[in-house]
Amino acid sequence: MARILAVDDSASMRQMVSFTLKGAGHDVIEASDGKEALGKAKGTQVDLVLSDVNMPVMDGLTLVKELRALPNYKFIPILMLTTESTGDKKMEGKQAGATGWLVKPFNPDQLLATIKKVLG
Amino acid sequence: MGIDLSQFHQVFFEESYEGLDVMESALLNLQPDTVDSETINEIFRAAHSIKGGSGTFGFIDVADFTHVIETLLDEIRSGTRKITSETVDLFLQSVDCIRKLIQQHDAGEPCVIPEAVELKKVFEGILSGGDSENESVSSPEPASTITEIDDQTGDGSQADSPLTHGWKIYFKPELDILKTGNDPLRMFRELASLGALSITADISQVPPIGSIDPEACYMAWELELDADVSKSAVDEVFEWVVDESELRIEPLGSDDAVSDVKPEVLVETAIEEITLAPTASTPEVVVQPEEMTSKPKKDASKVEVSSIRVGIDKVDDLINMVGELVITQSMLGELGLDFTMDSLPRLLEGIEQLSQNTRELQESVMRIRMLPISFTFSRFPRLVHDLSRTMNKKIELKLTGEQTELDKTVMEKIGDPLVHLVRNSLDHGIEMPEDRVKAGKPETGTITLNAFHQSGNIVIQIIDDGAGLNKPRILQKAIEKELVSENDNLSDDQIHDLIFKPGFSTADQVSDISGRGVGMDVVRRNINELNGSVEVESTEGQGSVFTIRLPLTLAILDGQLIRVGDKVYILPLISIVESIQSFQGMLHRVVGGCDLLRLRDEYVPIIKLSSIFNIKSTTQEMEDGLLVVVEGDNMKVAILIDDLEAQQQVVIKSLEENYKRVDGVSGATILGNGTVSLILDIPGLIKLAGVQRYEYKMANNDDDRAA
Amino acid sequence: MVNNETESSSITRINDDTEDSVAHEPSEQYLTFYIEDEIYGVDILSVQEIRGWEPATEIPNAPEYIKGVINLRGTVVPITDLRCRFGIKQFEYSGVTVVIIVKVQSGKSDKTMGVVVDAVSDVSNFNKSEIHPAPELSENKNTAFVKGLGSTENKMVILLDINKLMNTSDDTDLSRVSQVVSA
Repeated sequence: MARILAVDDSASMRQMVSFTLKGAGHDVIEASDGKEALGKAKGTQVDLVLSDVNMPVMDGLTLVKELRALPNYKFIPILMLTTESTGDKKMEGKQAGATGWLVKPFNPDQLLATIKKVLG
Repeated sequence: MGIDLSQFHQVFFEESYEGLDVMESALLNLQPDTVDSETINEIFRAAHSIKGGSGTFGFIDVADFTHVIETLLDEIRSGTRKITSETVDLFLQSVDCIRKLIQQHDAGEPCVIPEAVELKKVFEGILSGGDSENESVSSPEPASTITEIDDQTGDGSQADSPLTHGWKIYFKPELDILKTGNDPLRMFRELASLGALSITADISQVPPIGSIDPEACYMAWELELDADVSKSAVDEVFEWVVDESELRIEPLGSDDAVSDVKPEVLVETAIEEITLAPTASTPEVVVQPEEMTSKPKKDASKVEVSSIRVGIDKVDDLINMVGELVITQSMLGELGLDFTMDSLPRLLEGIEQLSQNTRELQESVMRIRMLPISFTFSRFPRLVHDLSRTMNKKIELKLTGEQTELDKTVMEKIGDPLVHLVRNSLDHGIEMPEDRVKAGKPETGTITLNAFHQSGNIVIQIIDDGAGLNKPRILQKAIEKELVSENDNLSDDQIHDLIFKPGFSTADQVSDISGRGVGMDVVRRNINELNGSVEVESTEGQGSVFTIRLPLTLAILDGQLIRVGDKVYILPLISIVESIQSFQGMLHRVVGGCDLLRLRDEYVPIIKLSSIFNIKSTTQEMEDGLLVVVEGDNMKVAILIDDLEAQQQVVIKSLEENYKRVDGVSGATILGNGTVSLILDIPGLIKLAGVQRYEYKMANNDDDRAA
Repeated sequence: MVNNETESSSITRINDDTEDSVAHEPSEQYLTFYIEDEIYGVDILSVQEIRGWEPATEIPNAPEYIKGVINLRGTVVPITDLRCRFGIKQFEYSGVTVVIIVKVQSGKSDKTMGVVVDAVSDVSNFNKSEIHPAPELSENKNTAFVKGLGSTENKMVILLDINKLMNTSDDTDLSRVSQVVSA
């Protein structure tokens, strides 16, 4: 099972994501902003990062760029949890180095299906 | 399925209330002329989180409403739309609406709120009438947040309907595909899960071995998927890479021979698609009924209406203490198994430890009830904003001491009297802008809400720089109302105090603001009921200060333990500016006055704790001691002590409860070893030491603070 | 000074089942204690507990007879040394030095305070009629907190009105109390 870093400034979303993933047997590390996430990602190797875009302190796009600059996160899948359905946000995410996205609102099953996509 | 989302509702409600508070205070801080992008971002983020959460947890009315606001905020954020004070007011109203909507869900009885519907229309009007074209088209439809998912995956819906018998795919990713965490092999596996897949790799673009970048992907592939799936299912596999790749997806021609080869596989994949893939198959609709059915559960949890958010550190403290309690308990248990009179001392020791543990535990539990007064203060910016608009007054609200903690119950009960006093200052205190200008004051009046701990009390002050109390009018009114007689010789304070008499109201016209009939007497009564007091000091033309004192059942202070001789006292950590060990060269002895410490460009009076408290110090020479520079009552003093000890959080106990006020001491606390230690009161010490303000001023010639 | 017909037994030990005296005369129970050679009594109803002496945290600039404050199960309680309050030469506190914790009415609220005495004597019942008024009925405030005098085993007991005593302002000189009453 994978170790997943779930980043969202909303505690309820974080809990939902974390609960769902743990229920599927994954090991989940939570962070409430990009900076905290970056610290935790440096502290341990995770297999997948799920990150909100709009967050205080450090937003999701910056987090992706920072993570991609780390040698051990070059190829790790990073999914953006985004509410913007418009194309530009997705492009911004891609340009920052994100693997893909999951559009909010999503339910636990959609989350698991998407996770499966990247973790195989 | 299987995950009950209602378990996250309470967290969502709480964070939404917090988010709304953040939005509100940020909106109040917003200056329409100079829009600060970080403030807009903050507001946007809060709205965005509420929208995301409400969509996820099935509160569609909240999500829809918030969506419109978010859209407008996004336009302001990106600079395509200007913010005006009217929009700020609209946003403030919408904050109230969202709060109401969420409260109704929280209470388990959602229903339509007419203002929300109205307000949403107004926003939609702004959006469609404004300079943004793209968003305005999609936002007015109520289900816009729901349809987002459809938008992303279901754009090929027309193409979906006639299922083909397979797809021929050409896929040539960009060189850097691996660096986005996308892996072609993973995609192929996903395709293979849809049906039989054949893959042909095109390696023609792979450079000679010496010049290969190992992190780049030079390959292209031709794939044939023999599966009766829609194009969107295939699109979805490539969803994240389609923009950076060369991708062609074409029907596999008309040869339908493959379809009957593996019928089971087809059935299987079909099922898989329905249950797993986030396709257009009405995903959100599935969630909603689940929410509906979870309503009854909601009612059960409604019992715990009042909840409290507790800092992790406080919880950790509790856990530690319970840990100690368990150790003591097992120690005593063991002792009891095989008890002889020899173990009596150990038994007594254990019992002593037990009572210590219990006491600490009790205090920690009480500590959980302590909240910073910012919870109460936070409602005032909005109140002042709205009221000053209604009254056409210009008022700035300042909040200080917001971190001062007090008991939750006391806090809940002090809210209304505070609102009343603030309204009173707005209404009767601060003058109309033109009158202020005439009186030579700044056009904008200031109301300050201040809180601090003193003498085991929490003191809350409402300070205004308005007209002050009108003594002759008060006196006249009091005589009219026969509260006093003309012959009474009253001091200023006594006259001021008359406003707290029942049935007293001086407003020339009874306004909505201060309420009708409900006067300051009710305020005083409410505060008295909390065993507190309220007093007013006022200078005509300069303003008034209302001071509320409330006893603390319990209050917490970050303390610095200090030692003088064999006595340990506590200084509030917050008052400490710095401490200085060797200050020989900085001393400035004043004959017949108090010694001064030259601290950079100022002179700071030195207070010798040993002499004002009449206690023995262990250091003979002043230079052997330690100076702690503290600030209190708007001035700095240096306190001479023997040594600094630990820093710790202490529970403030009242000295007055059983004794009386002691000059220079604000309260007491019980240290870990069970002894009482006194908490020093800086303004009190300054008074006690007789440090004159003019002395301070002389040292700072260009400082006219003493005025 | 003596204004009543003395009954056969002027005091009643509480342990005794003296139903008769209780029956026809209202009586009050007092905790009696020694200071120097005198016996004093305080209304038992105001006594919360009796503790051994423990060092108190001194209060700066407090009168000498305020020994400081102690921690009584989480509340901060001031300790008054009665010997010192009455201006009697102090002696070293020892293992038998006792602190009586009393509840005192002060204004609207109750205050808990400790009183250091030399030693606790007994709990005694005094019939109302056996309590003689304090000798000096003058304006002398020093005796205002003396409720009256009783006697036990032929020794005089000075019955204190603890509420008045503890509320007497700090600067009132009480040093003549013992002389006054024993005069």
